[in-house]
Amino acid sequence: MEIVGSRGKSSVSSAGDAFTDIQLYRSAPELEVRLEDFELYAVHRLRVLKGISDGLSRGKKPNEMEDLVNELWEVNMKRSEASEFVNKDIISHFVLRLVYCREEELRKWFLSMETTLFRYRFQRESPEAQRALLAEFNLPYKAVSSAEYESVKDKLKQAARSSGQSVPSADTIFYKVPFEQVPDLVASRRVFILKGYAYVAMNQVVSLLMTQYRSNLSKALVLTNRKWTSMIREQEKDRLTPIVEALSTSYLGPDYSQPIECADISLKDIDQVAKSSFPLCMRHLFEKLREDHHLKHGGRMQLGLFLKGVGLKLDDALAFWKAEFSRKVGAERFDKEYAYSIRHNYGKEGKRTDYTPYSCQKIISSTPGVGDHHGCPYRHFSEENLRAALNKMGVGNRAVEDVMDKVRSRHYQLACTLTFEAVHGASCDAGINHPNQYYIDSQKILESRKNSKGN
Amino acid sequence: MVREEVDNMVEDMVIDGVGTEQKPSSEFPEGFNANYLKIYYGKLFPFADMHKWMSYGNDGKHPGCDQSYFGRREFSFTLDNDIYLRFQSFNNVAELENAIKEKCPFKIDIGPVYSVDPAKRHAYAQSGDNIFTPVERELIFDIDISDYDDVRFCCSGADVCSECWPLMTVAIKVIDTALRDDFGFNHILWVYSGRRGVHCWVCDGKARRLNNEQRAAITEYLHVHKGNENSLKKVTLAGRSLHPFLGRSYAEVLKDFFEEKYILSQNLFSDEERYEKILEMIPDESISSELRGKWLDNKRSRDDINVVRWGQLKHLLQSGKQKVQGIHRSVEEIVFSFTYPRLDLEVSKHMNHLLKAPFCVHPKTGRVCVPIDPKHCEEFDPSAVPTLSKLLKELNMGALGTGGEEELENTLLGKSIRYFRSSFLQPLLKSCKEEIESSYAAKIQQSKNSLSW
Ligand SMILES: [Zn+2]
Repeated sequence: MEIVGSRGKSSVSSAGDAFTDIQLYRSAPELEVRLEDFELYAVHRLRVLKGISDGLSRGKKPNEMEDLVNELWEVNMKRSEASEFVNKDIISHFVLRLVYCREEELRKWFLSMETTLFRYRFQRESPEAQRALLAEFNLPYKAVSSAEYESVKDKLKQAARSSGQSVPSADTIFYKVPFEQVPDLVASRRVFILKGYAYVAMNQVVSLLMTQYRSNLSKALVLTNRKWTSMIREQEKDRLTPIVEALSTSYLGPDYSQPIECADISLKDIDQVAKSSFPLCMRHLFEKLREDHHLKHGGRMQLGLFLKGVGLKLDDALAFWKAEFSRKVGAERFDKEYAYSIRHNYGKEGKRTDYTPYSCQKIISSTPGVGDHHGCPYRHFSEENLRAALNKMGVGNRAVEDVMDKVRSRHYQLACTLTFEAVHGASCDAGINHPNQYYIDSQKILESRKNSKGN
Repeated sequence: MVREEVDNMVEDMVIDGVGTEQKPSSEFPEGFNANYLKIYYGKLFPFADMHKWMSYGNDGKHPGCDQSYFGRREFSFTLDNDIYLRFQSFNNVAELENAIKEKCPFKIDIGPVYSVDPAKRHAYAQSGDNIFTPVERELIFDIDISDYDDVRFCCSGADVCSECWPLMTVAIKVIDTALRDDFGFNHILWVYSGRRGVHCWVCDGKARRLNNEQRAAITEYLHVHKGNENSLKKVTLAGRSLHPFLGRSYAEVLKDFFEEKYILSQNLFSDEERYEKILEMIPDESISSELRGKWLDNKRSRDDINVVRWGQLKHLLQSGKQKVQGIHRSVEEIVFSFTYPRLDLEVSKHMNHLLKAPFCVHPKTGRVCVPIDPKHCEEFDPSAVPTLSKLLKELNMGALGTGGEEELENTLLGKSIRYFRSSFLQPLLKSCKEEIESSYAAKIQQSKNSLSW
């Protein structure tokens, strides 16, 4: 794949197999890609994968997942020209390989999202397309001969009936594969297994392909990582490397850099609002600041930008921070050492760029040290402290257990979502992705209650 | 006092050697203590066999052998004072033997084979690469009789008797057959856990190399009980027929055991509280109340009341006119609920779970964790398993003479060790050897190909 400057044109490859759009991404394409597309396509695909990840961790059922994946794919990836669409698919996949090859955690996530994507795309294909893809995988498995079918047909029928599948007939194609290749079919007893071999019917073949797809991609990622560290990172340090590195931590929702229109937050309300509508991470920073009259840099950034996002004006922000800090370091030192960075956050100093409030993802991946209070409590608190904090927020015991459950499986944003739901007694279907979103959603609920009470 | 006597005697034995003029019998009260254990490790524990097993042929001379293999296996020891030593590793049988004799662990657990020597894992961790990871592990199963407390009425908890132990026999038959016939495994070792259950070690190369997802798949395949303490019906068999595996388990093992043995030995239908449990599993209220009515007037009959009532229940549920959804599987569901094996799922799903080594001595019962032959598992009687004190008594009476291999043969443990060697270890090592040779040959072939290319 060759990446060209913005004046280059993206050339178009052949439309590929007539049966199907699904790619196996065997090798990087000979395509020229414009730098803008490089990033843009990756972001679009990332939206698909993140959506899948969200759906999975919310426990969506297979049929719901199929609809979700289809919708995500249509919305983010479809292009009017079929060939453009294929190119976008291929380019975005290979860019994300670069982005996600660099750490074990990232690789794992990418592998499982891409495999899920493949699965649901495959399932929507026609039988001819599916067969064509199967052939493309070049699997070493032969179809079961009719003589062998006769010898096991009763068992095959029994297995099919037991799991509510259509009962096979003489012209159903079965593949005989090592049971290790189809763990999901084994686990749910949807196949007949004999002496280490599972008899996989044509309509179950997607399980087999997933295993294969996953293992191919897994190997490819390891190779990509090697290339990345040995060559690409250095060669592309001025061009692709910054894009690639930014993409892996990118947050795809709205950035909340502009204060919300609905309401400015005033200093006299701030304590009350912190209690009712701040997510735990911000509430904790806020309380620590009130308590210690100080926060270290990481905490000042995380809370400061959040407050900007919820509508605290610069002058109020200065007054707010000064009131606390001066009790510890004196007003003079505050003006000299700290005021600058607050103005900076509001884009009034230095480069004058607006700093955007931190997303959950950024907060979760931060690494608070000794004396730091920033970070994501669901990730960075001890279990004991987290329980205490949740109790203090008024989360009931049952809900605390649910939250801890998510924490243990490392779904920190879901843990926060459950907390939100427990505190507000209302559901939050979109999930929490950003502290400022937590705030806005919370305010909306409280506002609507206030109004309905007034009526 | 007693303690002192034993101590003295142990001293004597160590000094004089065993079997000179020791007084017979009663100096070894039943039970367990560290001094007995020391003698057991000193004289009886089959170190060489354990080492052979855990080496899987890699201790041979063939160039395809991986000499580091045994040394990458994690052992862990639980000592007298509840000190728990994890990540112990040994380069050869002498090191293993010395460490066990010196530390005299109350319990020896076996973990996975890691990518690097587990004792040196910190050194590797500091080098930055996260390469300390399990690479091989037997597929293991742990079945405890205490998990059957809701379906046995003779004992509870860790207790077990000849009435409820057959549940373990059934578990062995069902799981062993599935592992061999369905999954194609051949090298399977069943071991008495020393008190309340059985362990299973599946040692085929392909079993050792399963990843966690594949382990979980096998475990789920073998697992049918759903629900918890609060739900009555513990087994739900949906679908228009039983999966071939479940159908076979039912027809070949569970049905006969339940009908011919278990309902009788547990009096499942003569006691109201017990049969109520069964009636509650029937989803059709009218059928259960019809049966309840029948059973309330306690008519005498020539046949056993349990058999009669089970027959009535089956007749009503299977009499063809019952077309109600969910009814047709009721009989099977009842049998499965009572008799189908209950696995400790977590043990089997992950590579890095530890499991007690065979031939350990259970610290509560003093019984040795001896292998069980699945072909003759109904003959296995946990109360006949040699205890530490019986073994020592036997030693003391002169079973050990010259101090060699044949001594072992003559002890109560001899039969177990003979079985372990001839039925498990020898065939295992034979296939390990073949595997090592063929994969070495393939490697040579591959390198030749790449050279010519
Ligand atoms: Zn019992």
